[in-house]
Amino acid sequence: MKQVHLICIGCPLGCPLTAELEDREVRSVTGNTCKNGEKYARKELTHPTRIVTSTVRVSGGELAMVSVKTASDIPKDQIFDCIHALKDVEVPAPISMGQVILPNVAGTGVDIVATKAVRRSRAGS
Amino acid sequence: MQNYDLVIIGGGPAGLAAAVAARNAGIENLLILERDRELGGILNQCIHNGFGLHTFREELTGPEYAGRFIEQVQTLGIPYKLNTMVLDLAADKTITAMSREDGLFRLQPKAVILAMGCRERPRGALNIPGYRPAGIYTAGTAQRLVNMEGFLPGRKVVILGSGDIGLIMARRMTLEGAQVQVVAELMPYSGGLKRNIVQCLDDFGIPLKLSHTVVDIQGRERVEGITLARVENGKPVPGTEEHYDCDTLLLSCGLIPENELSRAAGVAISPVTNGPTVNESLETSIPGVFAAGNVLHVHDLVDYVSEEAAAAGRHAAALIRTGQQVSGRTLPIRCRDGVRYTVPTSIRPEALDPDGTVTLRFRVDGVYRDKRIVVLAGSQPIFSRKRPVLAPGEMETVQLKSRLILDCPDVGELTVKLEDA
Repeated sequence: MKQVHLICIGCPLGCPLTAELEDREVRSVTGNTCKNGEKYARKELTHPTRIVTSTVRVSGGELAMVSVKTASDIPKDQIFDCIHALKDVEVPAPISMGQVILPNVAGTGVDIVATKAVRRSRAGS
Repeated sequence: MQNYDLVIIGGGPAGLAAAVAARNAGIENLLILERDRELGGILNQCIHNGFGLHTFREELTGPEYAGRFIEQVQTLGIPYKLNTMVLDLAADKTITAMSREDGLFRLQPKAVILAMGCRERPRGALNIPGYRPAGIYTAGTAQRLVNMEGFLPGRKVVILGSGDIGLIMARRMTLEGAQVQVVAELMPYSGGLKRNIVQCLDDFGIPLKLSHTVVDIQGRERVEGITLARVENGKPVPGTEEHYDCDTLLLSCGLIPENELSRAAGVAISPVTNGPTVNESLETSIPGVFAAGNVLHVHDLVDYVSEEAAAAGRHAAALIRTGQQVSGRTLPIRCRDGVRYTVPTSIRPEALDPDGTVTLRFRVDGVYRDKRIVVLAGSQPIFSRKRPVLAPGEMETVQLKSRLILDCPDVGELTVKLEDA
């Protein structure tokens, strides 16, 4: 039996977790203060995922950039694929919060959505 | 001069939550003053996720979290002025402000809520030797440049200080193609949240060097490199110097509540938090002037800012409705044995809701294990809770039943301290 120590990233409490592994299978998780902690440890040790946040350029908007995120978590080893896919994306204003900016980013099956609304820039300003 | 019941200075997370709570408590003649071009404050540049788990039970990004409150402000029809700079707050609560639209104007509110937030400790306050080349930014400035303006301030980066913004920017700069070489922290522990060390540094193999600081900056026009050294007893240890080639140095070395207006008004400021001293109603030394959020003390989570600001909004509303100050005893709160400060700094038992609770927030002065948070009324323990780990980077909260204080009518003070568990 192998012991692995992790810090839960589920919330800012950052609980110190201890997982017991046997043949790459998670046998038990301790140290968590909620059920998300156990879920996190099991996921982190088998197929770790992250929500990715970034920004993309806006054309004709009141703001130069709009903040975006993956609508749900994606595999950790695809973070950079996701960021590269966003490199040359430019979105025309207006943009509404939750609007899909890029569907199925880097083949993950997860959409990139806007996390902020951007209005069209007023003419002359 | 225009009369208002309540004016809130600042339209960030604290100001928004205070306004919504005051409006819901029946105050209609109120106004938010915001100096930026939009509401939301610093949340607009905090594009990462992790906000709102306490408040909304889901993980939001900064702009989404701000959006929830902005929506409430708009639904409730709470008026606000953008691009408006408050120039002065007088002891009689007269506010002098200025904007392109309105020019210079004065407001006379019955109550004021200070919600100006905080700013970053700049290089000038850190005593780092070396020239003053381009390429040295506070982490928050770099965050604004990358996330809002769309510029990458550098390609080879060293970060001094392990505050949360520094950790978040280590990840953000890495994702945007910069090479973040190291995060150096003067203290033997990180000032940021543990989860940020995991997902911002460990995920990307960025080393964190505790007990290290920058002892030299090279380059005259632009940063060309920096020298780190190990620190013992507050002094760099000779022979431990390491050189890093870099074009950018980010500073994440603490936040300072922004209290120029408060000071000018004569509000008493705590030398520990650099924020106003407040009573249980979050009211400062000037009656009718309340404070909440990072202007009061630097928080770790925005959820707690919203919670605290909502309380300030309710207390301000109560004062406006009754028009009466509470009289009676004031119990100062003393801090001992690891507790650096508390907010509030005093409690007036007569102002407490007998069936309610009063929230004490505080930070500790070092990393502690297996302790107990103990609250004494006089010398009588009235509250105790076990804490396996306490760290300066994380704010502690104690919810105290008002009854516990009201049941001790003869005590002259309260004490918050740590004890061995």
